[in-house]
Amino acid sequence: MSSRYLRVAGVFFSLLGVACQREERDLRPAPTRLAMPGPAARESLLQPGGPQETLTPVNPAEGNGYAISEGQRLFNAYNCSGCHSHGGGGIGPPLIKDVWIYGNDPAVLFDTIVKGRPNGMPSWGGRLPEYEIWQIVAYIRSLNNLEPKSVTPTRSDSIEQNSHTLTPPPEPKPQ
Amino acid sequence: MTDSLGAKLHRRGTMAIPNTIAAAAALFCFAGILLPQIQNEADDGQWTMAAKNPASTRYSALSQITTANAKNLKLAWTFSTGLTKGHEAAPLVVNNTMYIVTPWPNILYALDLTNPGATKWTYSPHPSASSQGTACCDVVNRGAVYYKGKIFYNTLDNYTVAVDATTGKQVWKTLMGDINKGESMTMAPIVAGGKVIVGNSGGEFGVHGWMAGLETETGKITWRAYATGPDSQVLIGPDFKPFYAKDRGKDLGVKTWQGDQWKIGGGSGWSWISYDPDLDLIYYGTSNPGPWNADMRPGDNKWTCTLFARKPETGQAVWAYQINPHDNHDYDGVNENILLDLTIHGQVRKVLAHPDRNGRMYLMDRTTGEVLSAEAFAYVNTSDSVDLKTGRLHETDAKKTGFKTVRDICPAPPGGKDWQPSSFSPRTGLIYIPHNNLCAEMSGTPANYIAGTPYVGSDVRMYPGPGGNRGALTAWDPVAAKPVWSVKEMFPAWSGTVVTAGDVVFYGTMDGWFKALDAHNGNLLWKFKVGSGVIGQPISYKGPDGKQYVAVLAGVGGWSGAIVSGGLNAADGTAALGFVNAMADLPKYTTTGGMLYVFSLP
Repeated sequence: MSSRYLRVAGVFFSLLGVACQREERDLRPAPTRLAMPGPAARESLLQPGGPQETLTPVNPAEGNGYAISEGQRLFNAYNCSGCHSHGGGGIGPPLIKDVWIYGNDPAVLFDTIVKGRPNGMPSWGGRLPEYEIWQIVAYIRSLNNLEPKSVTPTRSDSIEQNSHTLTPPPEPKPQ
Repeated sequence: MTDSLGAKLHRRGTMAIPNTIAAAAALFCFAGILLPQIQNEADDGQWTMAAKNPASTRYSALSQITTANAKNLKLAWTFSTGLTKGHEAAPLVVNNTMYIVTPWPNILYALDLTNPGATKWTYSPHPSASSQGTACCDVVNRGAVYYKGKIFYNTLDNYTVAVDATTGKQVWKTLMGDINKGESMTMAPIVAGGKVIVGNSGGEFGVHGWMAGLETETGKITWRAYATGPDSQVLIGPDFKPFYAKDRGKDLGVKTWQGDQWKIGGGSGWSWISYDPDLDLIYYGTSNPGPWNADMRPGDNKWTCTLFARKPETGQAVWAYQINPHDNHDYDGVNENILLDLTIHGQVRKVLAHPDRNGRMYLMDRTTGEVLSAEAFAYVNTSDSVDLKTGRLHETDAKKTGFKTVRDICPAPPGGKDWQPSSFSPRTGLIYIPHNNLCAEMSGTPANYIAGTPYVGSDVRMYPGPGGNRGALTAWDPVAAKPVWSVKEMFPAWSGTVVTAGDVVFYGTMDGWFKALDAHNGNLLWKFKVGSGVIGQPISYKGPDGKQYVAVLAGVGGWSGAIVSGGLNAADGTAALGFVNAMADLPKYTTTGGMLYVFSLP
């Protein structure tokens, strides 16, 4: 093959690689690497002595379609929906909201799930593999329109909302 | 009301019967009329247990407030708890002191009635904050009981505590359950046979449900009767005589389940409990089975949704009646059992009246467990009748749930009536039922059991029943088994009721109105706008000045008010196990805030 064809082929395949990040699928995650309670994510804007550079873990599931779909499945399988319903809350607070008690950064959500929280959020550390928690974190963020639309599930797996049963019925949207 | 003796004998045609038999019959009838009826207990103007008396009539013999003067009721004093969750408790009044139990953190306040608003002491049990994660339906508490100088109540994190009623010092504290099994405690205990009777909550968490008796002096656990499992755990022994064949057999608490499912089968004891001191029997019902998705647990699932009659000293079961076998609508059996001695078909019967979640008012012989009638007090399409010969509920096949989607299920999971207790007036002979008018759609999903987390497997959306009102206050004639009058409410009538000798019924609404109705006809006599929706149990007592007072805790929440007390998002109708779908407008009508309101005539 001539070197020109190789160069064009090389550029073509590397472009393909960038565009397909949202379609990536980690075929060999580490199921035995359980998330354990450990060093904390910052949860306050108050930083005595002035703000510092903070190393924040990156959510490997961010922007990934398969991961968020898995997150939706695990959210039900691990009974998150038992307390949080499908985002509206119940035993636990809603997960579709503007004001978050502890914040909705991926690292803080990760911490919330691993460490638990004082007023009833269980501590899942030591029970779930790290990669699954990141998938659930990405799903929760997708519920709040914090993930690209292309990877956000269009409906919950549960019985579809029949708006005519919501009491009172929702206001008709202006045209 | 009762006939004259002569008219009775004439109707029975006893003229032809030999004189000695006629005399015996007359004596029997006469004795029946003269024997004190269990519902006519002496009233000293205090309130020592949530249900007022062991028969659970919630009736006050005070008559200063009447249908004529109730319109003049004025606010006498108030007391803020400073808490924002649902306030379900009944205040107690003993020796001119009022005792209030708050939602988590379950503080016990002793208020000085001679100095309104002042506290004598405060007892703080410091229940674990994590226990808030195991409460299905808000972190409520339904109140305490007073007995021989002590106040007994339960904390959310599974302690039963005894506090000295005079000093506020803790006398004992007994750990009864484990939050890591999904257990919590919210019910108001009673004392019977010298035992404090308490039960767990957690039917939505796959707990192993139980009811227990503790020594009042020491808090030692004397007995614990589970709702599922072998007879040895359910405390079924040689004294056990269920009335119906469907409830007879050995180890039915295992055989009506598959494998070991009974161990996570629910049947919790968050029940109202009544007591008949002559028969020496306590009466209570067990909760729904777990998970809600019934296709996951084939079998009748005994002894969930079951009414038990037990000896309070030993817990031994004397009879049982399973109301909803293989429940598939979350129709817990925990509602109140009002003990009454009523004349039915010319005979005085010792009965209990139990308005069940399934929407039917069960009138049962409390000696034997026989069902005398089970008519619907709310709109019901999940069943069409109860076969009085076999005791079996005739369910509607089209409304059975499981791994499928079923719509227009009436009543919805909170039932024709949930925990909110009714009252009985011996003067009118009517039961005053605060209740719901809700239907739902339900869709079953696979439930995974993970200890300490919800074990439900059902997506639910509720909405108003026929007519559009989500609740009502209905006056029910237990003998005729019919409603007499009903007042519709916009929201479920989720508060308790109290009825007085002045023929006034008091109750509160979720949008914050505390109301007085005429017990004869339901006419509104008076209402007062309190600061937050009412889900508490009103009481009436005689104050130190001899006046009649009516007291109630306001502070919306509970399962029905979770959208407000939990700040839930109505974009998801399945929130709060589907209640949010039916209550999306509640935040427009009420905010949170616990406050005691006390009213009297000027």
